[in-house]
Amino acid sequence: MTPNGSRVDFQLIADMIAPRARVLDVGSGEGELLELLRDDRQVDGRGVELSQEGVNRCVARGLSVIQGDADHDLVYYPDKGFDYVILSQTIQATRNPKTVLEELLRIGDKVIVSFPNFGYWRLRLDLFFRGRMPVTRDLPHSWYDTPNIHFCTIRDFVMLCEEVGATVETATALDGNGQKLGFSMPWWFWNFFGQQAVFLLSR
Amino acid sequence: MAVKTTPQTFGEATDPSSLVLRFGPDEPLRLEAGIDLAPFQIAYQTYGTLNDARSNAVLVCHALTGDQHVANKHPVTGKPGWWEALIGPGKIVDTDRFFVICANVIGGCLGSTGPASTNPSSGKPYGLDLPVITIRDMVRAQVMLVDHLGIDRLFCVIGGSMGGMQVLEWAASHPERVFCALPIATGARHSSQNIAFHEVGRQAVMADPDWCGGRYLEEGRRPEKGLAVARMAAHITYLSEAALHRKFGRNLQDRDRLTFGFDADFQIESYLRHQGMTFVDRFDANSYLYMTRAMDYFDLAADHGGRLADAFRGTKTRFCLISFTSDWLFPTEESRAVVHALNAAGASVSFVEIETDKGHDAFLLDEPEFHGAVRGFLTAAARDRGIDLP
Repeated sequence: MTPNGSRVDFQLIADMIAPRARVLDVGSGEGELLELLRDDRQVDGRGVELSQEGVNRCVARGLSVIQGDADHDLVYYPDKGFDYVILSQTIQATRNPKTVLEELLRIGDKVIVSFPNFGYWRLRLDLFFRGRMPVTRDLPHSWYDTPNIHFCTIRDFVMLCEEVGATVETATALDGNGQKLGFSMPWWFWNFFGQQAVFLLSR
Repeated sequence: MAVKTTPQTFGEATDPSSLVLRFGPDEPLRLEAGIDLAPFQIAYQTYGTLNDARSNAVLVCHALTGDQHVANKHPVTGKPGWWEALIGPGKIVDTDRFFVICANVIGGCLGSTGPASTNPSSGKPYGLDLPVITIRDMVRAQVMLVDHLGIDRLFCVIGGSMGGMQVLEWAASHPERVFCALPIATGARHSSQNIAFHEVGRQAVMADPDWCGGRYLEEGRRPEKGLAVARMAAHITYLSEAALHRKFGRNLQDRDRLTFGFDADFQIESYLRHQGMTFVDRFDANSYLYMTRAMDYFDLAADHGGRLADAFRGTKTRFCLISFTSDWLFPTEESRAVVHALNAAGASVSFVEIETDKGHDAFLLDEPEFHGAVRGFLTAAARDRGIDLP
């Protein structure tokens, strides 16, 4: 979280979205991103959120959000029903990330996925020197109670994209301070110094 | 309890303590059964004031044994309106802000034409000569009422259970007339299990010798025992095992030990008997047959070629569906099926499942999370519809 309360990847995601687009946000939380998109981009937004409290907060904000999850509810959406489908900081918590990604590509013309990079150097150091599963400010859960059951690195995600036939239109990595890493840097550099990644995909 | 019942009539059925809209022989209600119902009448209540733009009307659809007295003292029982937890001045459906309409459904017994009404061709109560009424028929009659009130587009149609079925039918058949829809604790069709429970209730009514083949009003009799048993069985389905256990457990009724007889030893028995006995004072047995049948026949997907999504194709209506975790009459899966169809149709839909042990009846009770969801949805929708506080 940044001091103004908006997650660093939200503005990045918003910048990728054309005005008045049809958007599905999978894992809407309390609706911060959808509200940002509605107010700044005038999108026609829909959401899916797991928790009752989250959905209630979204509904109170005037957002159209259903209680459900990425693993079970995406199958009911029509092909290419949305211009953009967003999965922000959620893919690592899904039961079948590959199936979910394929569903997203089916539903959306473009797919935006943001996730924490498990190849980030601080996490590698934790594992290398302390020999413990990393617990950080952004990934605060212990291994036994984390909702994040399918961590991946940026490199892993790129390979999954290849496997499901997704084209990476743009990719951005953010360092520990939420700053974009240089665009010309090689993948290994991103994979080491990127704390988060935001991908824009199509198929 | 004072009941306005003479041998030939059922109290409020012919002479309701409500506004009544009458349609003559030239304005029939075309029923799904293929018969024109005429003349007929709709008994209804309104609360609040219709604004100049006629944009603030909320239509409340009542459930199986509900009626139009949603937010006023009931004329028969003297109890508060059945949805006063939600509707009234300053409440979530704020009658200072919205013009709230609630009509007794066709086939009911509180003043809209039903089996206890007089059949003009015989001069006697309809009884079973009234054609079977469907959810779609109920909504068609409501459309005629809304037309009469000069309202093109309702701000909101809201209802739970059978009321929720009417909400779905409104949204499917008259999408341009519904800005937002709140179907609560309901489904797009009645399940086999629900039809089964209804059949038990109907058979209980029909097994009562006082039912007289449906002509009890003419005979000056009433199948109170049968109707009470029907209500007792149905009432169990409105609650949950957990709620029954919390409320009654195995507690004994006004006694220290079992009597080794068939008196109401347990509190739950006494409670159900009371529910059955008080129900017969305010409800007509034939009407109960018609209401349960209407729900059984409801299958919105079947009305649209078997695909529920086709019922909502191209809709601009905003939906908010709400279900309750312990509701086993309309379990969450029923609401979810509607949500998935709305998603497939590209509709604007919100859905929340409220955690509660109070069962199906939770929609009538004070459930803060439920009320929070309704408040949030209505507030945002009213803002977008441009409905201000007066």
